[in-house]
Amino acid sequence: MSKELIRLSDCFMKFDDDVILDHINLYINDKEFLTLLGPSGCGKTTTLRIIGGFQKPTSGDVFFDGVRINDVPPHKRKVNTVFQKYALFSHMNIFENVAFGLRINKVPVPDPSDPKRTRYVKVPEEEIKRRVDEALALVNLSGYGRRSVNSLSGGQQQRVAIARAIVNRPQVLLLDEPLGALDLKLRKDMQIELKRIQQQVGITFIYVTHDQEEALTMSDTVVVMNEGKIQQIGTPEDIYNEPKNAFVADFIGESNIIDGVMHEDRVVGMYGKKFPCLDGGFAPNEPVDVVIRPEDIDIVPEEQGQLTGTVTEVTFKGMHYDIIVDFRGFKWLIQTTDFSPVGARIGVKIDPDGFHIMKKSAYSGMFGDYSSYSSEYDELNEDRLEAEDGDEE
Amino acid sequence: MKSRRLVWLSAPYVLWMALFVVAPLIVVAAYAFTVELADGSWQVTLQNFAGMAGYAGVFARSFLLAAIATVICILIGYPAAYLLARTPPGFRRIANMLIMLPMWMNFLLRTYSWMFLLERNGFINNILGSLGFFNLVNALNGALNGAFSLALPTDVAYFEFLGSQGAVVLGMVYNFLPFMILPIFSVIEKIDPRVIEAAQDLGANSRQVFRKVIFPLSLPGVLSGVTMVFIPSVSTFVISRLLGGGTNILLGDLIEMQFLGNAYNPHLGSAISLVMMVIVLVCMGIMNRFGEGEGEAVLL
Ligand SMILES: Nc1ncnc2c1ncn2[C@@H]1O[C@H](COP(=O)(O)OP(=O)(O)OP(=O)(O)O)[C@@H](O)[C@H]1O
Ligand SMILES: [Mg+2]
Repeated sequence: MSKELIRLSDCFMKFDDDVILDHINLYINDKEFLTLLGPSGCGKTTTLRIIGGFQKPTSGDVFFDGVRINDVPPHKRKVNTVFQKYALFSHMNIFENVAFGLRINKVPVPDPSDPKRTRYVKVPEEEIKRRVDEALALVNLSGYGRRSVNSLSGGQQQRVAIARAIVNRPQVLLLDEPLGALDLKLRKDMQIELKRIQQQVGITFIYVTHDQEEALTMSDTVVVMNEGKIQQIGTPEDIYNEPKNAFVADFIGESNIIDGVMHEDRVVGMYGKKFPCLDGGFAPNEPVDVVIRPEDIDIVPEEQGQLTGTVTEVTFKGMHYDIIVDFRGFKWLIQTTDFSPVGARIGVKIDPDGFHIMKKSAYSGMFGDYSSYSSEYDELNEDRLEAEDGDEE
Repeated sequence: MKSRRLVWLSAPYVLWMALFVVAPLIVVAAYAFTVELADGSWQVTLQNFAGMAGYAGVFARSFLLAAIATVICILIGYPAAYLLARTPPGFRRIANMLIMLPMWMNFLLRTYSWMFLLERNGFINNILGSLGFFNLVNALNGALNGAFSLALPTDVAYFEFLGSQGAVVLGMVYNFLPFMILPIFSVIEKIDPRVIEAAQDLGANSRQVFRKVIFPLSLPGVLSGVTMVFIPSVSTFVISRLLGGGTNILLGDLIEMQFLGNAYNPHLGSAISLVMMVIVLVCMGIMNRFGEGEGEAVLL
């Protein structure tokens, strides 16, 4: 494994009396692609700003390559940022925006008269031109150099911001929702492009997004945050398959989260029945949250099912159907390629590896019920919805 | 529907402009290109403009003093505005008010008070005297006289501030400085802090941030400040009258004399006004062209 490059050690952040970051502990390895994932306002940008040097944690330390950098100003950090709101220089054209870092920074060259010493010189103009053109080509904006910032669309400005940071080949690149303003197709292309740059140039990426799919497809490591706390750190597979709590399970993909009880290792109970599963290590009869991903559920004829329920809603999604099934008042989401009509009685079968068992947490009972899946059911579930809304604030 | 109705909201302004800006301009132009003959009839002619060559000195002095005052206003006003924009908001409001405060007082009064300050027995000479400054000057002059056999005066009891061009420039700077500070301040204040952060992020230290980002972004404010200081300076007549002691007459005085003074000749006065306006407009045009790449200047 490569070596540790950045470490946030017990970072605590307060604005006025609001706790924004609650004792964040995090390390980032050299050349790693790490993603901070979480809902709006959970502290992702604040975390990046601490690493970039724009904010000092109220308490706690930031280390770069083993050196504490709390007091190092931003322009002395070997970190470049793609800002969430682009922050382009409106008094310069696109070329000059991208060239800004190259013009500012002097590069070390060996002193011809004394090879042991290095001199610092400006980057030569031809090299600036070559690298800026390269960077613009990378973000698909070749030929835009002479244009003014204000003549570009939001997505184009965002790509200029990416080029402006990447052209400096920093050791670490901080990207704050760098693809947020792009349409789906361009976003997919840029995801691949960024990933390629990251691997080719060997830059450490700290990437912020609230798009879970983006996080899963691009990252080596995903950090799920909520309300200023780290909920889980792991590989995309870990996060998806072994979510630590109901928040993570719900935020990463669709999940049915059901109240259950662990009878013994590898036997979980719900709806008063016992199901074989693969998890263990819980106390006998410990109450748990059971996560079942919608794609892990097979629909079978009613008499063959482990559970039976009534289809209340079917939505065609292209690749599959989203089917909402009522199991004694608790509604599940099932994703399947087989059509079942509304009102049908069906049975379901879940393989042992389809269950994921989580310890109860502060988030238990807040997520994972699809009663409010469509407007048709909103009225019936008004109380519940209101409760959820209240929780978000 | 909505926009049609909004158009009518501008009617009072349009009417005002037509009545008090456009109409007077037409009248001025009409006067400028005519002379009144002995029988009281008017004749179209360029004679007024031809007769203006004799006033080239006044033109030159007016534009020079106004330019000097404008440059001094930039040199004082820019740092002031910059520092002001970086102070915490509470103090900023107080400082803003202090800058505006003199403007609440009548322009004439303000200028008169400088007269009293600069007089022979005025405040400043008194202070200098009681500090022993003139004794020092006299002693120094005496020493210099002795050493180099010069004939410097050794009985200096006051400085003659009034009547000098310096006093006129001082009056201009004093009166119009707020018009330089405020537009610069408001432009700097509006610079997005994230843009500054972006520059720092790309490796710019605070000097480079200022040179490459803050200063270019603040140029539109400087341009409108220049406009707002230069134009009233070039056309002022109160300041030169009161502080210039009548010896350094400026364009404003010249024009005033043609309308209200003993040199009564509104036709010549109009012609001078027109030429001055054209020169000012050309200056402003050139300047705005310069600033074009940096963002649009606010021409007030
Ligand atoms: N300068 C500030 N003063 C006060 N509160 C702030 C400040 N900056 C951020 N906050 C608060 O800190 C919290 C976290 O903000 P942050 O910008 O880190 O969120 P985020 O995860 O990046 O959200 P988003 O996805 O919407 O960008 C928010 O509640 C925000 O209101
Ligand atoms: Mg953010």
